[in-house]
Amino acid sequence: MHSSNSSKPTPTPLPTPDLALCARGVDVYYGTIKVLEDVSLDVYPGKVTAIIGPSGCGKSTFIKALNRIGELESNMRIKGEIQFFGQNIYSQRVNLNRLRRQIGMVFQKPNPFPMSIYDNVAYGVRVFSRPSRSVLDELVESALTDAALWNEVKDSLTKSALSLSGGQQQRLCIARSLAIKPRVLLMDEPCSALDPIATLKIEELIRSLQQELTIVIVTHNMQQAARISDRTAFFSTDESQVGRLIETDATAKIFGAASHSRTRDYIEGRFG
Amino acid sequence: MIHQMSSNAHSESIVGGDRAWLDRSFAWVLRLIALAAIALLFWMGNVILQSALPAIAKFGATFLTSQDWDVNQLQFGALPYLYGTAVTSAIALLFAVPIGISVAIVTSEPFLPTWVRSPLGFLIELIASIPSVIVGLWGIFVLIPFLKPIQLWLHDQFGWIPLFSTETFGPSMLVAGIILAIMILPTIAALSRDIMTSVPSDLRTASMALGATRWEMIFTILLPASASGIVGAVILGLGRALGETMAVTMVIGNSDLISVSLLDSGNTIPALLANQFPEALDELHVGALMYLALILFALTLIVNILAMIIVKIFGFKY
Amino acid sequence: MTTFFDKQLTKPLPFSRNLFSYGMGTIALLLTGFALLALFSVLFEIFRQGLPGLTWDVFTSLPAPTGEAGVPTGFGNAIQGTVLMVAIATLLSVPLGILTAIYLSEIGKTGAIANTVRFVMSILSAVPSIVVGVFAYAVVVLATLFNYKGFSALAGAFALAVIMLPIVVLSTEEALKLVPRQQRLASAALGANSVQTTFKIVVASALPSITTGVLLAIARVSGETAPLLFTALFSQSWIETLLNPTPSLSVMIYNYSGSPFAAQVQLAWTASLVLLGMVFVTNLLSRFVTRKR
Repeated sequence: MHSSNSSKPTPTPLPTPDLALCARGVDVYYGTIKVLEDVSLDVYPGKVTAIIGPSGCGKSTFIKALNRIGELESNMRIKGEIQFFGQNIYSQRVNLNRLRRQIGMVFQKPNPFPMSIYDNVAYGVRVFSRPSRSVLDELVESALTDAALWNEVKDSLTKSALSLSGGQQQRLCIARSLAIKPRVLLMDEPCSALDPIATLKIEELIRSLQQELTIVIVTHNMQQAARISDRTAFFSTDESQVGRLIETDATAKIFGAASHSRTRDYIEGRFG
Repeated sequence: MIHQMSSNAHSESIVGGDRAWLDRSFAWVLRLIALAAIALLFWMGNVILQSALPAIAKFGATFLTSQDWDVNQLQFGALPYLYGTAVTSAIALLFAVPIGISVAIVTSEPFLPTWVRSPLGFLIELIASIPSVIVGLWGIFVLIPFLKPIQLWLHDQFGWIPLFSTETFGPSMLVAGIILAIMILPTIAALSRDIMTSVPSDLRTASMALGATRWEMIFTILLPASASGIVGAVILGLGRALGETMAVTMVIGNSDLISVSLLDSGNTIPALLANQFPEALDELHVGALMYLALILFALTLIVNILAMIIVKIFGFKY
Repeated sequence: MTTFFDKQLTKPLPFSRNLFSYGMGTIALLLTGFALLALFSVLFEIFRQGLPGLTWDVFTSLPAPTGEAGVPTGFGNAIQGTVLMVAIATLLSVPLGILTAIYLSEIGKTGAIANTVRFVMSILSAVPSIVVGVFAYAVVVLATLFNYKGFSALAGAFALAVIMLPIVVLSTEEALKLVPRQQRLASAALGANSVQTTFKIVVASALPSITTGVLLAIARVSGETAPLLFTALFSQSWIETLLNPTPSLSVMIYNYSGSPFAAQVQLAWTASLVLLGMVFVTNLLSRFVTRKR
């Protein structure tokens, strides 16, 4: 398996300006340890792409490579190419701040800043510009409305974000990302710390957002992937503990008649 | 043990016996020792208060406002020392706070590779383990000669500002303040770094995922989130500055006059105690020194309790 | 569309944002550099000035009378005094400190007494050492002990012990708290009483960390000067009794630092090197003790 891969010539990346994200032959390393090998995945604009797979298969690592946030937290390196609307995000010339503004991220645990609800949503906007109060008010309101949180917090915008419930905090984090109008929103198991009702609200939210937004969501919950995504990618590890993309297809196909036996085994609960 | 086990085999009762008695008396002995440890602080306060009483009875509150300190006339006023302590501590904070926070940021955020960063933190904390009398020796023979031209230049250029209105002899309140800054720097740096590293990395990542640069993240997230802890660290540093004796004594020049100019020599409470205690014979003189020690004791008590309260009440919410 | 995003991603940040980042980075590194410079300057000077005077004589001789050249000079008595007083202070403070810490972690826990002890100890650790010296002066120097009244090694050691106590208590409690609760339960389940459990299990397994705390406390007080100035005072001769003015390295450095005689200033530098060596070695030792486990 290894030898065949390493001898295989690196696929020439196609100019793919129409794909929101396009990974070609991506290997990810932590230091010198390879955790993901040869991932090639297309993310279509305006669709929800779910990434599923057993724990330790590198799905979170992969999503963190998509906005280059992983290299902040650890010594993560990638080989291969990832394109964002046709341009290589690992190019030397890319400005990381601008990249991350285009590709937002929601994390496993809700992580609102220890400041007011309003300031949380306004944070990203203020980083890049100094809008007038009225413009900012509008942006905050529309972001909170889009995140289906406005009605719950409109009277307590100056209260600390930490006073919200877990589910509300997570929707606040989504609103915080939406406020700077990203093209793509990456969600790394956004419901893993939430109760079922809060999870349901986030799922509804994801469905409503996909009109204008491209979403990539990592989830360990297969029902969730089936409910909310248009396309599903299945990651798994081989014996050498290196994660790889087993297959990707329309969600209905993956959950109905996956072509790969490992995918079927996983979905039917035979391992993982 | 074996003996006890065999007796257990025959034993009829599981209550009482010498073991329970042993446990209870052990607890009581420890409790008494713990109470003695508490009593130590009160003992200390009381002893100093009692020894200060002659001076308190004679001078009362005017002690705090009088400038006369005349051992021969037995006239004692503490103002020059209170003033000197306040001024040198303020100078110390002025220098140590920005440097301490910088060190904390540089050693907690990944600006430098880890192999530079971890020894860096260790080195700065090494300063804390250098005995202050050695820092004082360095102050006399290195820092004073080094700062003298700078002090003269300050006077030449900014002599019209009262703070720099006198020509320096070398030792001065400014030099003492800078020495103090060096001595309290490790306290501020180490505590601030501990606070900063306890801010969840989630928040850093979230901020930078929204497009903030690292310095924008530091100013909008990290520093606000650790503000109360940093204030606590600074106040603890202040507590150390107030009580620091040797290094200050050696470089401040020990003058008993109040001068607005920072380039003039001055004196602090601890420095005066160090200078006069070995030779104090008269009861009133000792009393006046004890009075000063009592004030210093109370000041550091207040400052430290304040630091604890700030950290506790406005403490970090995560 | 491609070109639009191309510009978006590779366009540099506005000048003001870049300036802020680079400016702050430079300032922070510069200020850190100042701190390092001070440290290196202190260490460098101590070596530069102290090393030439470091001969075997300094450990075995008394300070030579000023103005006499060619006589072996040193500060053996000051080393003797420092070691003696730190040793007595350790003997006084360590047993009390460890027992207090055992009370805190094993019996008092979060009770009112225990919390008061913790509070008092952290206050005590912040009391300026000169104030502790004043206290020891009033309690020991002014009192008549064994028919002796005045400055003595005992008074100095008492002051150092008061400074050591809170450090020992707080660090020992931390060490004891790290011993897993299961070990205590397992010992109790085997029928051990609380004294056995405490000493054979808890203290035994926390011993390396406790030693670290004690060594750090020793390193800290070895260099203390202020509390010795008017408790132990100083002397130019060897120590014969605990009840006499007693020299120490730190007070010697202070006394000689202002001396008009170059030979005494030289002794002060060399004594600084020796004292710093003792402090650093104790510090390193404390790290070594815990690393072995």
